[in-house]
Amino acid sequence: MEPVVTSGARIGDRPRPKKNYLNETKGIWSWMTTVDHKRIGIMYLVGTLIAFLLGGIFALLVRLTLLTPAHKLFGLQVTAETYNRFFTLHGAIMVFLFIIPSIPGSLTNFVLPLMLGAKDVAFPKLNLASFYLWIVGAVMAIASMIIGAVDTGWTFYTPYSTTTSGTVTLMTAAVFVLGFSSIFTGLNFIATVHKLRAPGMGWFDMPLFVWGMYSTAVIQVLATPVLGITLVLLMLERVFQIGIFDSRIGGDPVLFQHFFWFYSHPAVYIMILPGMAIISELIPTFSRKTIFGYRAIAYSSISLALVSFIVWGHHMFVAGQSQLATVVFSALTFLVAIPSGVKVFNWLCTMYQGNISLETPMLYAISFLMLFAIGGLTGIFLGTLSTDVHLTDTYFVVAHFHYVMMGSTVTAFIGGLYYWWPKMTGRMYSEKWGRVTAVIWFIGFNATFLPQFILGSRGMPRRYYNYLDQFQPLHAFSTVGSWIIGLSLFMSAAVLLASLRKPADAPDNPWGGTTLEWETSSPPITHNFEDQPVLEHEPYDYRPKAVTH
Amino acid sequence: MSTTTTDVHSHGGHDEHGEHNPYHQHHFTTMEQQFDTSKLGMWLFIVTEILLFGGLFVGFGLMQHRYPGEFIEAHEHLKQDVFGSAFPLYGAINTIVLLISSWTMVMGVNAAQTNQQKKTVRYLVVTILLACVFLCIKYVEYAHKFHDGLLPGIFYAHQSEDLIKGTHGYATFFAFYFMMTGLHGIHVLVGIGLLSWLVMRARRGDFTSEYYTPVDLVGLYWHVVDMIWIYLFPLYYLIS
Repeated sequence: MEPVVTSGARIGDRPRPKKNYLNETKGIWSWMTTVDHKRIGIMYLVGTLIAFLLGGIFALLVRLTLLTPAHKLFGLQVTAETYNRFFTLHGAIMVFLFIIPSIPGSLTNFVLPLMLGAKDVAFPKLNLASFYLWIVGAVMAIASMIIGAVDTGWTFYTPYSTTTSGTVTLMTAAVFVLGFSSIFTGLNFIATVHKLRAPGMGWFDMPLFVWGMYSTAVIQVLATPVLGITLVLLMLERVFQIGIFDSRIGGDPVLFQHFFWFYSHPAVYIMILPGMAIISELIPTFSRKTIFGYRAIAYSSISLALVSFIVWGHHMFVAGQSQLATVVFSALTFLVAIPSGVKVFNWLCTMYQGNISLETPMLYAISFLMLFAIGGLTGIFLGTLSTDVHLTDTYFVVAHFHYVMMGSTVTAFIGGLYYWWPKMTGRMYSEKWGRVTAVIWFIGFNATFLPQFILGSRGMPRRYYNYLDQFQPLHAFSTVGSWIIGLSLFMSAAVLLASLRKPADAPDNPWGGTTLEWETSSPPITHNFEDQPVLEHEPYDYRPKAVTH
Repeated sequence: MSTTTTDVHSHGGHDEHGEHNPYHQHHFTTMEQQFDTSKLGMWLFIVTEILLFGGLFVGFGLMQHRYPGEFIEAHEHLKQDVFGSAFPLYGAINTIVLLISSWTMVMGVNAAQTNQQKKTVRYLVVTILLACVFLCIKYVEYAHKFHDGLLPGIFYAHQSEDLIKGTHGYATFFAFYFMMTGLHGIHVLVGIGLLSWLVMRARRGDFTSEYYTPVDLVGLYWHVVDMIWIYLFPLYYLIS
């Protein structure tokens, strides 16, 4: 076996091809009808980032309303109803239009076939169909907010969602469509991983990013149809009053919660597993060290996917499920800690005695490790029955899931975006300013959400538009934190967009990565590789290059 | 990462014999790989279908547990009077129709695999006809329910003594009946569309023993549609 060249960037290694996937065909029509996974990835990236901006604006409005207990926004009175709409829009947009589709649709779409040495995903047309379904779902979701209002929260709990006025039916239809977009993406990735690996690439030669996304895809395919049918039942309950969820007509509201969380708990792992997948790439690359415990990380991704299906009842400890079920779900919930812990310790062991370089993506990866540790450990408080009864529906829960969804997944997403940006665009961003955004992000995030743990444990309930005066200092602190987060994100946007004004300058392999996507040019040619790559060694081989040859 | 290059695989669109099949997509190395991948994709899609119906089956089961008496009384209305005793005539005929259509589908796939193009068309057309028979019988059945006011939720308007309006359970039973058989019916309609598309392509001579993927995949889909009905039939027509 030939040892690996890992001497970092190889600028000028070979001439940059004139034609690449960005300039081979031109015009808007060539983009709208493309079946190239790289272009679809870029379109998904633009779409989900617009959704992120929209959801972020509502997040800032929510925080601004909570600056004082007087529930005022720019001097105007905010009614409880308006506030309900704000946090519903924030939650629904962020969950269904941003976090769930973002990493699979954008970064994974772009990188996964490259990592496997494939020319495209298994079903390129289905891939494009998935993107258009996302567009249709997004338009429906936003229309439901403009022509009416949705004030149910992103969870659509019955009986409120079956009795409130507004456009809940259209919103649930939108989520149904978005679900199918997600299913198609997942189905495509599973088939791609099974059938389109490069010659010589066995299952345990795949990059760990692929393992993480494969696990994600399994959940997308297995859980999303159940959400789909649940939302259909909810729509029919509103339109026909069929008597399944609404207790006034003989239905069972708790049944809705069971159905909903049977999807939406696994969906939490649809959100976090891609983050973990990205981190598994960033840590070995910037530690210049073979990943520690490759198989343990691969198996822990799969086991997280499996465990995710048997813990949904922990969302319903106080919702009236039987005491036996509550105890069993609590015990099962602790299982989640095992694969999560396995991952974190393996990443840390990878960094141990590594040759760590603190480029922007690595700063985000280290932020991830710290924020995920806090998010994961506070999850144990919520999985424990005696403490959860006290903490249910408080800001403690809000802080916990923001540490996991945002502190972990979004941090990894931004890190991954910086990491693959040179590959996607052919341009290097300003490393100095990239690092600054990472530091501001970490400060802003903790400033916003650490106070919420304290607020929650002191009894501040979530989803309230006003509060007791004693909570004001911490709420104000949190609101200021949200501005710092906003600043960091706008700076990131500026840093990345500014790089597009420069001529293409990125080397093929700016970080010295060992996975196949760094083998092709930056940006890649339309068919990804000049010649079919053949894998000849295990992934993350950072052993020094052999001297004699 | 060191890689070696091989030019054997560098030009997609050619199978091992070097001949170009017009349906060979560029990102697959061989026709066989392309077929296996498509089939895997179809199986995954079938899993999602089963889970989609699974939610409804679970919902039905829970509601039946809640209203056992009402569900049994309501299901009597799915039966017809045959020689003086109640028998689920329409349901039973439809079950047989779909089972036969599964057989004709299998024969159609087999004919496509063995290059018998005329036979392929014939079996596919028979399958379409059987699917139409199924939908016609379903239409008659639905029409009776509409006439009797046995409708879901707020539209429930049955007047006779046995299933009193306003009692929880009856309207729910018919809501589930229409949802599940309706969703199944939509799948049969989609199946008819797909089969017609296959007939068109088969007549054009698209399918050979080397390329019959669409016939195979639609065949899988059709069997799933049949199988779901095999579960729906005892659930609705034979409960006691």
